Amino acid sequence: MSNTESDHADASADQANRKRTFGDYGGQYVPEALMPALQELEDAYERYVLENEDGFMDEFSERMRDFGGRPTPLQHADRLSERYDRDIYLKREDLVHGGAHKLNNALGQVLLAKYMGKERIIAETGAGQHGTATAMAAAHLDMPCEIYMGRTDVNRQRPNVYRMRMNGAAVNPVEAGSGTLKEAINETLRDWATTVENTHYVIGSVVGPHPFPRLVRDFQSVIGAEAREQIQEQAGRLPDSVVACAGGGSNTMGAFHEFVPDESVDLYAVEAGGSSLKIDEEEGVAPNSATLSTGTDGVLHGALTKLLQTDDGQIVESHSVSAGLDYAGVGPELSRLVETGRVTPTSVDDEAALNGFHRLSNLEGIIPALESSHALGYLEENHEELGDLVVVNVSGRGDKDLETVLEETEKRDLEAAPDVEVFDA
Amino acid sequence: MSRETRAERAPRSERTGNEVARKLRADGGEQLATADGDIETAIRENHPALITYITAGDPSLEDTKAYVEALDRGGADLIELGLPFSEPTAEGPTIQAAINRALDAGTTPAQFFDLVDELETEAPLLVMTYYNMILQYGPSEASRASKAGAAKPQNKPDVRPFVERAADAGLSGIIVPDLPAEEADPLRDACDDHDIDLVFIVAPTTEGERLDRIMSRVSGFAYVQARLGTTGARADVSNATHDSLARLAGYDVPKAVGFGVSEGDHAAEIVAAGADGVIVGSALVDIIADHGAGDAPAAAELEAKARELKQGARRGREEAPEPEQP
Ligand SMILES: Cc1ncc(COP(=O)(O)O)c(C=O)c1O
Repeated sequence: MSNTESDHADASADQANRKRTFGDYGGQYVPEALMPALQELEDAYERYVLENEDGFMDEFSERMRDFGGRPTPLQHADRLSERYDRDIYLKREDLVHGGAHKLNNALGQVLLAKYMGKERIIAETGAGQHGTATAMAAAHLDMPCEIYMGRTDVNRQRPNVYRMRMNGAAVNPVEAGSGTLKEAINETLRDWATTVENTHYVIGSVVGPHPFPRLVRDFQSVIGAEAREQIQEQAGRLPDSVVACAGGGSNTMGAFHEFVPDESVDLYAVEAGGSSLKIDEEEGVAPNSATLSTGTDGVLHGALTKLLQTDDGQIVESHSVSAGLDYAGVGPELSRLVETGRVTPTSVDDEAALNGFHRLSNLEGIIPALESSHALGYLEENHEELGDLVVVNVSGRGDKDLETVLEETEKRDLEAAPDVEVFDA
Repeated sequence: MSRETRAERAPRSERTGNEVARKLRADGGEQLATADGDIETAIRENHPALITYITAGDPSLEDTKAYVEALDRGGADLIELGLPFSEPTAEGPTIQAAINRALDAGTTPAQFFDLVDELETEAPLLVMTYYNMILQYGPSEASRASKAGAAKPQNKPDVRPFVERAADAGLSGIIVPDLPAEEADPLRDACDDHDIDLVFIVAPTTEGERLDRIMSRVSGFAYVQARLGTTGARADVSNATHDSLARLAGYDVPKAVGFGVSEGDHAAEIVAAGADGVIVGSALVDIIADHGAGDAPAAAELEAKARELKQGARRGREEAPEPEQP
């Protein structure tokens, strides 16, 4: 297959899936040693995922039903609807096994690795959500599994470290840099460059070199596929808007993909505004992770995409109260959809996310992940522009975040917070 | 020409970069090499060549200048200078640490080029860096504005300002560990326009059509990756090295082997297996790491290490199958 020759304007969707890029974004900027493995993966993606060879996609759906708990409900949020005076529906990915949408991708890729005859699974994790999902999938499918996790994240996400180990995965702390997601990806890439012949790298979001952004999106697109059917059944029409948080952007692309051709549906990607949208060039630090909203084009982790970087091209440290959004890059397809205007990039700050967390917990009895809370924060601030019928993707549940939320809540005067004094020693 | 002595060449700064007949590298086209650039000349005239890598700015740019001069004296035939990038995914712990030291010292691309401007080595210089550093060089006002959260659209990043500056500084080649041949057309074109060689890495996993594609685009030399994995000094020469050299034997491009080479005996074994050169990085960076900034013995040790490696390579030639002749 030639990669540049298939660049016709009228390429079918199927042909489009075989392309390395989304407009100028994407590509395969990786060490040569990995290129043959990416070609092998492209080949497996085309055969098993796009063409359902050997019934791969059927087995994937069955396992997502029996092991993963799919389909997830699309729930009318009564009290939020009342509060915002419009119909708000929640796509309940928090109810997927493991507590987040991450399993959709992890199970898909581990199963694919099995079909490809790979013998070992590696993955990076930031908050530990993708790591736990991968460890669960690897245990379920009986594959040895190693997870790379930055030292800082290991220390602040202990329960997830234990969960991974309970499921039989080895957890390798990464000491480099600030010890978060970016360093974990670097180290997983290094492992893969060494072990590529028998190992599959289960990348955790719609990032990385082709074909990962398409592969991960396709495994996650079940979110939007279900939601699109469910909303038409329940509300009798397509929504006016779909709102999802965006870190790397896998729950985002998962929720959006089936709606992209529906031009009447507005798509909002809500990034982590952190404490400020300005980069500190001197320190090489961005107090946010708002890559789509404020980033510039560059190459990181195998793809040309929007990045948080200095003028010289050094990648800066990102920041967010939510570990899962704390990443200086973003999926190349989202960069493209923002460039074409199909997706609107937005952000809310840490405080709005924390309030969103408390509000959903209070009003609806659902404790959302801090990542998902960004989408809920956006709903609070901007519901007027979202139309009468809104779908919000609740990408995960917030049990993992309770400690962070208590700590952060005590530091601030949050309007939506309950009295947490009872927790004081 | 005696291959025992160093070729008589003008210092790097006095040579014009432009004495090169371009090769046709279109897919399926032939290589019509009629003359070589600085790099191929250096390799063929000093065969078997010693190619050394150190990170610019580790621990300071002043030290780098002294180290480069020491390596030049010690017999390095080509010198790679790393321009540090914050996410060095192809490096092992040794060079990662070097890059961190260089970044902590505040090394910037502008300073890097200033250093290259100043250097007067006999050995041609190459820059080794990651693709984003090349893309971002010479940022536009538009991209600054966009970073401050102002209105889009921004300019698309472009490889040309970097290549122009590299040519200006007299660099002879560029190596980009995260740029496979499939993504290299823009940089390849810019390098052609400025008569700079673009070196590609050939991995143990590179075979068949992809090997042809790389070998039809490479110039200067083919960087033969001795083993899977990242950079870092090793205690032995891997079998993959012998396999790779055998696979490459039919291509008329100099082959230099790197990743893990740390001793004169490795150099001998690799050259005996048919390589035209050896590339040594981590073993030199280890020496630098053992010394602080402004420490004179570091330069002397680097010079001695280069000499050991060069002698090893020469020893290997005695046993080599059929050294490729120009
Ligand atoms: C619940 C949840 N939502 C969202 C994210 C962000 O990832 P992505 O943007 O790929 O969906 C994470 C990442 O850990 C997560 O755990």
